[in-house]
Amino acid sequence: MAVASDLVRATAIEATEFPDLSRAYRVMAVPKIVINERVQFEGALPEPEFLAAVLEAVDAK
Amino acid sequence: MAIMTARDEQEVRKQFERLRDSVKLVVFSQSLSAAELCRQNEQLVREVADLSDKISVEVLNLAIDRERADAYGVDQVPAIVVEGARDYGIRFYGVPTGYEFSNLIDAIIVVSTGEPALSDETKSSLAALAGPVDIKVFSTPT
Repeated sequence: MAVASDLVRATAIEATEFPDLSRAYRVMAVPKIVINERVQFEGALPEPEFLAAVLEAVDAK
Repeated sequence: MAIMTARDEQEVRKQFERLRDSVKLVVFSQSLSAAELCRQNEQLVREVADLSDKISVEVLNLAIDRERADAYGVDQVPAIVVEGARDYGIRFYGVPTGYEFSNLIDAIIVVSTGEPALSDETKSSLAALAGPVDIKVFSTPT
């Protein structure tokens, strides 16, 4: 998605190496995805649902 | 001792046949914090880069190369910026082993080809985004 749009950036974070970040984002299970600090979910989503979450995060601004 | 096994190398080498444009892996380290993880991260990145002439590596120090870190928006170590023809905004925090390792390889391939493996519907929605999107993905090696 980051390659498809200049507006998207993606950071992969190794949860055990960054316990402070993981705590701050309340990571209980992995993968955990946080979009624009507001939309969040656990587990891998199929592409259409993932896109819907991205659009929701943008609209929420 | 190598981090990647001979089998990993063989598999990645095969995947790297798809590389088109050059890729730069910008590694951020800092000896004062997470020295051992930074060392492992640098070693892993170099092992990956050795598998293709199209991949170059630059190692920076988070504390010393502050302007570059700010420009990349990197504030943690170990970190890897996966840069293709331009910076697409792809970052890895932590040593990318296990599941993250395949994501790193995929990221290298996608920035090199500039062709995301997304459906046309997804691509057209993303092309029409109304604002910036920051995606954080937390994972563990297993």
